[in-house]
Amino acid sequence: MANIAHVAEHTTRSLIDHLPLLQVLVPFCAAPIIVLIGSRRLAWPLAFISSVISLIISIILMLSVREGGYITYSLGGWAPPLGIEYRIDATNAFVLTLISMIGAVVLPFAYTSVKDEIRTRDHSLFYACWMLCFTGLLGMVATGDAFNVFVFLEISSLSTYVLVAQGASKDRRALTAAYDYLIMGTIGATFFVIGLGMLYMATGTLNMADLADRISDQGANRTVRSGFAFIIVGMGLKVAMFPLHLWLPKAYTFAPSAVTVFLSATATKAALYVLMRFVFSVYHPDFAFAKNTLEIIFLPLAIIAMFSASIVAAFQINFKKMLAYSSIAQVGYMLLGIAILNETGLTASLLHMFNHGFAKALLFMGAGALVLRTGSSFYLQISGVGRKMPITAGAIVIGGLSLIGVPGTAGFLSKWLLIQAALERSSDNSLYLLVALSVVLSSLLAVIYVWRLFEVLFLREPDLSIPISEAPVMMIIPMWILAGSCVWFGFSTDLLYDFANQAALNLLGGSMGMSDSVLNLGTN
Amino acid sequence: MNKFFEFEFLAGHIHYLLFIVLMMTGLFIVVDKTNLVKKIIGLNIFQVSVFMFYVSIGKVTGGTAPIFPMDSNYHVDKDALQENLYSNPLPHVLILTAIVVGIATTSLGLALIVRIRESFNTIDEEEILEIEQKMTRDDNMKYDDISKGML
Amino acid sequence: MIFHHLILRVVTKLLVGTIVLFALYVQFHGDFSPGGGFQAGVIMSVAFILYGIVFSLESAKKVFPEWVVHKLLALGVLIYAGTGVATMLLGYDFLDYDAFSPLHPTHGQHWGLLVIEFGVGVTVTGVMVAIYYAFAGRPPSMSDEEW
Repeated sequence: MANIAHVAEHTTRSLIDHLPLLQVLVPFCAAPIIVLIGSRRLAWPLAFISSVISLIISIILMLSVREGGYITYSLGGWAPPLGIEYRIDATNAFVLTLISMIGAVVLPFAYTSVKDEIRTRDHSLFYACWMLCFTGLLGMVATGDAFNVFVFLEISSLSTYVLVAQGASKDRRALTAAYDYLIMGTIGATFFVIGLGMLYMATGTLNMADLADRISDQGANRTVRSGFAFIIVGMGLKVAMFPLHLWLPKAYTFAPSAVTVFLSATATKAALYVLMRFVFSVYHPDFAFAKNTLEIIFLPLAIIAMFSASIVAAFQINFKKMLAYSSIAQVGYMLLGIAILNETGLTASLLHMFNHGFAKALLFMGAGALVLRTGSSFYLQISGVGRKMPITAGAIVIGGLSLIGVPGTAGFLSKWLLIQAALERSSDNSLYLLVALSVVLSSLLAVIYVWRLFEVLFLREPDLSIPISEAPVMMIIPMWILAGSCVWFGFSTDLLYDFANQAALNLLGGSMGMSDSVLNLGTN
Repeated sequence: MNKFFEFEFLAGHIHYLLFIVLMMTGLFIVVDKTNLVKKIIGLNIFQVSVFMFYVSIGKVTGGTAPIFPMDSNYHVDKDALQENLYSNPLPHVLILTAIVVGIATTSLGLALIVRIRESFNTIDEEEILEIEQKMTRDDNMKYDDISKGML
Repeated sequence: MIFHHLILRVVTKLLVGTIVLFALYVQFHGDFSPGGGFQAGVIMSVAFILYGIVFSLESAKKVFPEWVVHKLLALGVLIYAGTGVATMLLGYDFLDYDAFSPLHPTHGQHWGLLVIEFGVGVTVTGVMVAIYYAFAGRPPSMSDEEW
């Protein structure tokens, strides 16, 4: 066989060229290694090391795409429209950083919490599952291939169901929570695949950039439109968009504390990113059906979610459940930012993704620490605990303030931008004034449920008969890292705003198509 | 005008119609049945309908299986390859992945059902709901801080 | 020891070896004919599951202990990922099998595929057997007579 002549010129890849892949590969390899070693003591360090590595990688990636452009990586050496492509641009580098930051910060917290809540012999499998979930979320965000999104989505979802079900040793309702989540999640993912099938029928490709090129070439037809509907509903289930949110409160309440922390800060965010990617990059809001979907469906649903979920949250008697309902309300804000459909709104949405991830992870960590010390997260059980665990409760206060959006915390910036975005749109449609008003009003509802929490923690008389000590250091450090960044991003707003704004511009610019401004990591 | 009801249109799109029938059957079972195992079966039917959909869009009229024609020495038979019309293998490969995902989902769902059966002693959704509502009521009675005058 | 189902037991003894052989054929002939890791893994696991059904779970676990299953399951994934890492170390893209034989990319593709399909086969065998062990290992809620 004399096919030496066909051998293409090959340039050797260096480590830095592989970063987009290593982002996903490192945590992925950690999972089977943890199972293979099977040591309970090594499971956590391995998981932690690989999370930290992927955090470092994501920061390098974010810094290298902050000026725009994208990095592409083709798997198996097959060039993009045919092969699977990982494409990192400002938008998904931003989300990748959020996910890997949370992953790296939550694991030290998980160490103590998992020891308390999970049977000892399951620890190594638990961390393997955790790493798979982490991989799935990173992969969903990093990939530029539409079907690959589905595969990673299912990797993360399947491991999430297992992780949620681990709460069964404390409360058997975790099993039914996981089952409900499984049914709904699978329906959602299958809807997403149907949508992809329709796109493939209409265009004959699955690469997102190529899909975008071909859809804009051929314009909208019925197949493309119904594909859009299926994708929106499928991802809406995963995002917990208002009427499709029913799986969320139960799953977050009964899952082990560490799992709740991780999921609340990452799972819905990754799905929301996919939703944004499909609405803005694959399809384009210039299409009437996409624009109408955003304005007629997303906008009212987001506002309903903001109010109804906040009201429900205010009546809860369980800290974790209150936070779960508040998550649905906060997803409403993010969807509202998308639905407002301008640069400020999208920036606000992405920023809120980040800020809410941090604040909610912090609050759930606080809940986890209280569960560790008092045994449950019911308000009655944690009455007055703030006086006995001042360091934990202090962090919870900062998280709560950020959730409301008090000036000086990170949450303020994103809500402020959201209102600004609505006001920008109000010049041509005065209904948007109402939208801006609703953001303010629903933030007041957030004040109610957060105040109730403060009242429970600080103003009630503690039960002096039960000795409660401060949470362990391994929990306090990650909590205060998050609390510190909530405050820091609240004052030093430029850094995060610049990244989010670049990400939003990148989304609004539509798809970059197949060959545009590729960045070469190796050379700069 | 109403070409949807013409025989030829229907016959030409029969695989889409069957896909929709199968999909709706599956979804209906998931929504309607209270038995958890039946729900999983419904979910399976729903997923299988999607597999059918993908496989059917890969069909090329007159095409064969997408396998390289080999000569007797196991080398690619280039002449046969030229005139070989084969169906689109990509949807089949995609669905191979989706089938594996489906199996994982099914076995995980069944495993959860086994655990649910062990701890709730039933696999009927309504009975489970009753037990859970009772648990929630008990929680509320026990931990209700509003009625205990603490607010 | 139970001695009923004589025919089943004799036939199983004959079949198990054949099934394993067929699985290996599907596994390693997969690049010339339909087949590959998924199919081979399932067929391979059928041999163990059949053995377990006919000769009781305990004897199947003696042949193929549970901890081995769990390790194999992880090992297969690592073989797959490791192949990718090897190509990366050779300076090519992840899973670009040309790396194994830069002068004859076709050969490289063959070898690479053979290795990753082996990884797939190992994992699928492990997963199917693990699922069987997990479900069959649960104590039944009612005894055989009650059915």
